[in-house]
Amino acid sequence: MSICFPLPQPFHIVLLQAVEDPASIQAERINHLFNHFNIVAALVLLLVIVLAAWFSIRYRRRHGDNSEGSPKSGNRTVEIMMIGVPTLVLAWFFYEAFTVGNAVMPSSNPTRPPDIVITGHQFWWEADYPGSHVVAANVVHLPVGKELLMELRSADVVHDWWVPQLGNKMDLVPGKKNYLWLTINKPGDYIGACSEFCGEQHAWMRIHVVAQSPEDFSRWLDSNAVDASPPKDDLARAGEMLFQTRSCANCHRVAGTPAAGVAGPDLTHVGSRPTLLTGMLSTNERNLADWIDHPQEIKHGAYMPEFLFAKDSVLALAHYLEQLK
Amino acid sequence: MGATIKIPEPASPFPGLGVETEQGLLQWICAVDHKLIGIMYLVMSLLFFVIGGALALLIRVQLAVPLNHFLPPETFNQFFTMHGTTMIFFVAMPAIFGFSVYFVPLMIGANEMAFPRLNAFGFWMTLFGGLLLYFSFLAGGAPDAGWFNYAPLNEKNYSFHKGIDYFSMGLLISGIGSVATSINIIVTVLHYRIPGMKLNQLPLFVWMVFVNSFLLLAAFPSLNAALALLLLDRELNAHFFNTAAGGSALLWQHLFWIFGHPEVYIVILPAFGMLSEVFQVFSRKPIFGYAFVAASSVAIALLAFGVWAHHMFAVGMGNVANSFFSAASMLIGIPTGVKIFNWLGTIHGGKIRFTTSMMFAIAFLIEFTIGGVTGIAFAIFPIDWQLTDTYYVVAHLHYVFIGGTISGLLAGLFYWFPKITGRLIDERAGKWFFWLFTIGFNFTFFVQHILGMIGLPRRVYTYPNLPWYGTLNFVSTAGAMLMGVSGLVLVYIIWRYGRSGKPAGTDPWNAYTLEWATRTSPPPLKNFEELPAARGYRAWWEMKQSGLDGGAAVSQKEIEP
Repeated sequence: MSICFPLPQPFHIVLLQAVEDPASIQAERINHLFNHFNIVAALVLLLVIVLAAWFSIRYRRRHGDNSEGSPKSGNRTVEIMMIGVPTLVLAWFFYEAFTVGNAVMPSSNPTRPPDIVITGHQFWWEADYPGSHVVAANVVHLPVGKELLMELRSADVVHDWWVPQLGNKMDLVPGKKNYLWLTINKPGDYIGACSEFCGEQHAWMRIHVVAQSPEDFSRWLDSNAVDASPPKDDLARAGEMLFQTRSCANCHRVAGTPAAGVAGPDLTHVGSRPTLLTGMLSTNERNLADWIDHPQEIKHGAYMPEFLFAKDSVLALAHYLEQLK
Repeated sequence: MGATIKIPEPASPFPGLGVETEQGLLQWICAVDHKLIGIMYLVMSLLFFVIGGALALLIRVQLAVPLNHFLPPETFNQFFTMHGTTMIFFVAMPAIFGFSVYFVPLMIGANEMAFPRLNAFGFWMTLFGGLLLYFSFLAGGAPDAGWFNYAPLNEKNYSFHKGIDYFSMGLLISGIGSVATSINIIVTVLHYRIPGMKLNQLPLFVWMVFVNSFLLLAAFPSLNAALALLLLDRELNAHFFNTAAGGSALLWQHLFWIFGHPEVYIVILPAFGMLSEVFQVFSRKPIFGYAFVAASSVAIALLAFGVWAHHMFAVGMGNVANSFFSAASMLIGIPTGVKIFNWLGTIHGGKIRFTTSMMFAIAFLIEFTIGGVTGIAFAIFPIDWQLTDTYYVVAHLHYVFIGGTISGLLAGLFYWFPKITGRLIDERAGKWFFWLFTIGFNFTFFVQHILGMIGLPRRVYTYPNLPWYGTLNFVSTAGAMLMGVSGLVLVYIIWRYGRSGKPAGTDPWNAYTLEWATRTSPPPLKNFEELPAARGYRAWWEMKQSGLDGGAAVSQKEIEP
């Protein structure tokens, strides 16, 4: 069967999101430097284009002219300029790089505990909020206006966290903890993607950051800190039974139930996330059922195995998961 | 002056082989003559260029529209890995070695490389390395972790089939060939120069290849060590890069880039050398600032070993290391920028002939500057934090490799084509190729700068339908198709005019260096019988000026571009 990927909801509302449209203090600093660089780079390129074009026209050989060009083979002043001017320009840029670099990344060994811990997995993101019981996946909620310290780890291979509007990227290296400082200054939805090739589904390891006012953020945090709501109807109860007794609970956690697996995403509030599979599908019962039924057709190479569930079991599981708001 | 000098010969020029007679395929397989080996390198390069180019076109078709299903992800990942590996190791390197072993002896007035059999060995190792790499397709699957093959994704638990083992073996074997050829070039240049040709008056192509050979000798051990460790990991369950067992992911990155960044200069410096010859001859002028061009190559070669970690600004090294590698990487921009202005100074005041070769050289000036300034963006480490591993870096590296290396190689190819084949191309066909290639190239890669800035990471097999993603990718794919067509035109030009172009004579460009002093084109098996002592880096020009060229100047015809 062929699958038609719907365009997930958040992508409709996102306009051009670029390095040139910063939404954090760190991204603004880098953007400022990038603009300086672009001006100088454009001038250098313009100079080369103008000289190349001018010399090509001015010094082209006229028909029938077989004489040699000027025998001049050097000019001390020009040669000193060729070295001196770029050296000064680059020295300036080094000064800027050094200042901006230290402002954006004050230390690679911070002394305070992180506000959020991001763990990269093939091919999804785990977001832990230390101090609360919240473990989210793929859709990362962050508060606006606060200097956040993010800790970045990897569970398997090298990944890379990059949300262009929020500033610098940082690798998630297995066996190492990396840090990012982030002060978001505009609420909104920001999208990014894993930027270090990490295997078959690298393309579908996208990031969705929801930046909220501190009040909205703490409301979200509270609502996600509670255990999963019990199933509301018989179909959902059947789904929960299947979830606990078949293999699902080995890899997935649903807080408040015996399911405590850690290999796959935490599903305690999966129904409240706008998308599944880092933005591949929007969250609804039908997509959940499709995914449980034939995951390797939808996202080949993901660690979710193909189970041989009967059709009604699939529907019950999907119904149960969709209710986990 | 006036007395001619017998050309120095290697101790045993054609050991045990009579290749003077036409022996068909056997003549090529047994060849130890540097010109035959040079041609085999170039043909090998062209062959892999067609394959690597076809892979690139398939990649671009998959990326032409959002959420495309043309290639499955695993195939896509194998294709881009093979594309990069092929283009670096089996297109750029053999092309450079091909021109080097063909023209270095000729340009220094020698009759052979110092070690003819080692020369043949180098070629066959390179070829079989490439064949071994491609055999992986039949042995379960091609390598799929990118050409820089990061750990631990390159380990057995993440890449089960044998592709990465073939990758490692193939690169080790071709690497042995590259090292052998570098040693050969160094000894040849040191020992077999015509009397009178001082080391500080070498033609610039010879000088760059000479410097480059040292660079290669110093860079390859690191790659070979990394590949050996990786093979131990994969075949014998060692744990050098296996992070789950306490290995280090970053060790691989350091070892790879200590090789990998010098490698970038290894494939550009000889192109700089070719361009330096082309700019001189087609501007009818000596190079502007010979000493600067020569010395800046040495500066690049030395600095090349202090910049590798600019590929790793985003791995969390800390700002002390970041600043060091940032400063070193910016420094390398200075000798490179100097060269651009030296070449501009060379065409200034000249009588420029716009042959196909010169057109590529002029286009190079602009395209390489684009690749050069975006390179500085990556040296400024906060900007690198935004742009690394995005399509901006894909654009940058293709402007350097295609706008730089390939433009240089094509300028060199069209410059030396009459010497290698003895025939001239039809300049109109050459111009067609130039415009198709150059327009296609710029359409393909210029828009990728923007794609990177609006958030598209590299190496994704597909992308969501975000604003501009589809449009810009489609433009890029259309440009790539144009480049594909131009590739066919190139193969046609070489095939058609290499066999039946107009005879070129020995010195159609009225050139400056000794490869044009041979009695015939292509040169006879024994390049030179005798030559006058050389003077200066335009030795052949000086000989023609002082009438010591044996009357060769009389036979020149003016070539109208």
